[in-house]
Amino acid sequence: MATRSRSSATSRKKPSGKSSTAKSSTAKRSTAGKTPARRKSASGGKSASKSSPAGFDKDEDLKAYRDMLLIRRFEEKAGQMYGMGLIGGFCHLYIGQEAVVIGMQGAIEDGDQVVTGYRDHGHMLATGMDPKGVMAELTGREGGYSKGKGGSMHMFSVEKNFYGGHGIVGAPVPIGTGLAFSNQYNRTDRVCLTYFGDGAANQGQVYESFNMAELWQLPVVYVIENNQYAMGTSVARASAQTDLSKRGTSFNIPGEQVDGMDVRAVREAGRKAVEWCRAGKGPYLLEMMTYRYRGHSMSDPAKYRAKEEVNKMRSEHDPIEQVRKRLIEQHKLSEDELKSIDKDIKKTVNEAAEFAQSSPEPDPSELWTDVVELSEGA
Amino acid sequence: MSIKVTMPALSPTMEEGTLAKWHVKEGDTISSGDVIAEIETDKATMEVEAADDGTVAKIVVPEGTENVKVNEVIALLAGEGEDTDSVSEEKPEASAPQPAEDADEDADEEETSGEDEKAPAPPAVKVASDPELPEGTEFEEQTVREALRDAMAEEMRRDERVFVMGEEVAQYEGAYKVTQGLLAEFGDRRVVDTPITEHGFAGLGVGAAMAGLRPIVEFMTFNFAMQAMDHLINSAAKTRYMSGGQMSCPIVFRGPNGPAARVGAQHSQDYASWYSHIPGLIVIAPYSAADAKGLLKAAIRDPNPIIFLENEVLYGKSFDVPQLDDYTLPIGKARVMKQGSDVTLVSYSHGITYCLDAMAKLEEEGIDAELIDLRTIRPLDIDTVIESVKKTNRVVTVDETWPHCGVGAEIAAQVQAKAFDYLDAPILRVTQKDVPMPYAANLEKLALPSADEVIEAVKTVCYR
Ligand SMILES: Cc1ncc(C[n+]2csc(CCOP(=O)(O)OP(=O)(O)O)c2C)c(N)n1
Ligand SMILES: [Mg+2]
Repeated sequence: MATRSRSSATSRKKPSGKSSTAKSSTAKRSTAGKTPARRKSASGGKSASKSSPAGFDKDEDLKAYRDMLLIRRFEEKAGQMYGMGLIGGFCHLYIGQEAVVIGMQGAIEDGDQVVTGYRDHGHMLATGMDPKGVMAELTGREGGYSKGKGGSMHMFSVEKNFYGGHGIVGAPVPIGTGLAFSNQYNRTDRVCLTYFGDGAANQGQVYESFNMAELWQLPVVYVIENNQYAMGTSVARASAQTDLSKRGTSFNIPGEQVDGMDVRAVREAGRKAVEWCRAGKGPYLLEMMTYRYRGHSMSDPAKYRAKEEVNKMRSEHDPIEQVRKRLIEQHKLSEDELKSIDKDIKKTVNEAAEFAQSSPEPDPSELWTDVVELSEGA
Repeated sequence: MSIKVTMPALSPTMEEGTLAKWHVKEGDTISSGDVIAEIETDKATMEVEAADDGTVAKIVVPEGTENVKVNEVIALLAGEGEDTDSVSEEKPEASAPQPAEDADEDADEEETSGEDEKAPAPPAVKVASDPELPEGTEFEEQTVREALRDAMAEEMRRDERVFVMGEEVAQYEGAYKVTQGLLAEFGDRRVVDTPITEHGFAGLGVGAAMAGLRPIVEFMTFNFAMQAMDHLINSAAKTRYMSGGQMSCPIVFRGPNGPAARVGAQHSQDYASWYSHIPGLIVIAPYSAADAKGLLKAAIRDPNPIIFLENEVLYGKSFDVPQLDDYTLPIGKARVMKQGSDVTLVSYSHGITYCLDAMAKLEEEGIDAELIDLRTIRPLDIDTVIESVKKTNRVVTVDETWPHCGVGAEIAAQVQAKAFDYLDAPILRVTQKDVPMPYAANLEKLALPSADEVIEAVKTVCYR
């Protein structure tokens, strides 16, 4: 509150226009000393890496490249299809953040669970869910993972241990903690990856979950995808403690910041965290410093950040470019080889898009199904 | 005079118990707080503490006695300077009060006498009608969004205590742009961007309201108010009652409510019936821009916690808004939007659009419907509905809540109780289907009410 009242003194100057209001507010925040040096160059990605992570061999880089490229191309296609009116409502693209899910997926094993929010397409593809089924859910068709009844934000796969797909900010955190609880209860050594955003990190239920997870030593890795913004609100404007890796500190949950634009750094940190959980040492917190290139959802005025900021991230820290460069320079892949991968991915995505358009709308009778499971007596 | 030690009660319902053990004997000196005995019932045991200083003059009920009545004298103490012998000779029975039995009898009497026990009828509240617009009032076409913004801005200019708080309300100017321009005019002391922390800032708003501020708390949509539900109901709604009227919670919780296009189950539902269930809350859900403005201004001034349900689909719709310096409307008053003679349509907020579409077609078929816009769902202006039913003898309710315990259910219950003899047909409801909102375009359309369903219901009650 102290900073609020301090800052209000500045605002009494009554800024003349809207844009100047925004500017003066931002300036106030930094003079109040709340913005940590780390964030001055909004390039959260790079600056987080302390020492360089262990390198990937050729196959690992190739796989990471393919997997991340699939997400990128899938999302680009989804964006196009939204523009054509084939996808409706809210659609949150994952472009820019691909290294986070692909790195983390490389740290877990079959049977480990994944749960996330509404920016979920990348997570689903990473867990191996079929791009066709995901895209058809985006178009609301029968062939979608939820028969078209869930939509972009609400998808699940029992087979791939993907537990959603949740539209409510913060909700995945206790749910993921509960999945971890079930692992402990069932005496399996499974671990749950629970993803949420920097904005979600301010919800109260996150801290209720942290407390239980550490209290009961639950095998859950909390992955905060810090893409610097929650809609139009930067981390510094919403968080008293902007180093989100410290958010578990008072619960004794170990945490670290990771360069979320570098798939190797993500996997390395992920493996350490997952191992910690599997060994029965309780929860672990990873703050992935990442960035979303696109708007929050399809409609986004994009006034809250400078174009240059986005361009800088794209040109200097792009997670896919990093791997592509290694493939060419270190692993000596030829342009042709890369092109054929690109072609492959494009084909997969186009097939998904086609399927998502040709799959019929759900049968009207589906309106009444899946509400509750009726027992014999009911 | 001696001091009487009586059999205590372990619980409000205990009538008798066993005096299990005495920890003192006659002649012992005791001081208040000493454990002097143990009593037991079939459910629990309790230690009896002395409430006075003195000497045990007489143990009236020996240990091991069962069925000792609550309040029966179990021992006598001699106070300081009193003679224990004379005390022990007092006849405890004579002076022992017998409240237990007396109380029982009283209770019986009260039960049989009946009358007094009945809850008194709730007070009748008279709600003013809409103010007459002065002659020559000019109108400006405004969207609902603009009208809401103007209402807030006007009230903020008028009353320093009013502030707006919520996610993205300041710099971003609202996720649905309802708070456009407010930060520029009022600064960040009064237009406050919050973290995504609904439970926290709703509760914070309640505290600020208790302290005399006039918060307007925006929920980005009412779907997210569920995170804050405890404060809306347990903190805001009940404060006045729980404090015996000492403390109020003048706060407006506002934001878009109701189904929105293609956003799926977690972002698409009408909460009017949820909040209307709660005594202590006032629930407003306007349709037109003029009503949105007049009612929001009234809500901000109102001393109660208010749930102000806007509608995303209506935000961009334009209406004529009277250009008056201070246009407020009475909370709790329905509006007869159109007079008619054959059937009464009762609706509010986005439900009105289905009614208007249906009425255009019904007219062609010679059915003249009366349309009532409730505007406020709680308190419910049932009188206006009843007046209409007396004329039309038929009712169809139209809203986007689920049918089970929905707004239409409440209206139907009240109408049949208050105007049974006037009804010529069962009351029908047009609602959202009893399923979570599906995402698929075709299913979503089926799940929502429609003008066709209104027409069908009207024809059914008109036996056409
Ligand atoms: C409880 C709740 N409040 C508000 C919203 C609206 N909303 C959706 S996404 C979002 C921003 C979340 O930001 P962040 O957690 O950083 O995730 P990101 O979108 O950056 O991936 C908000 C406010 C919501 N869906 N649920
Ligand atoms: Mg974010």
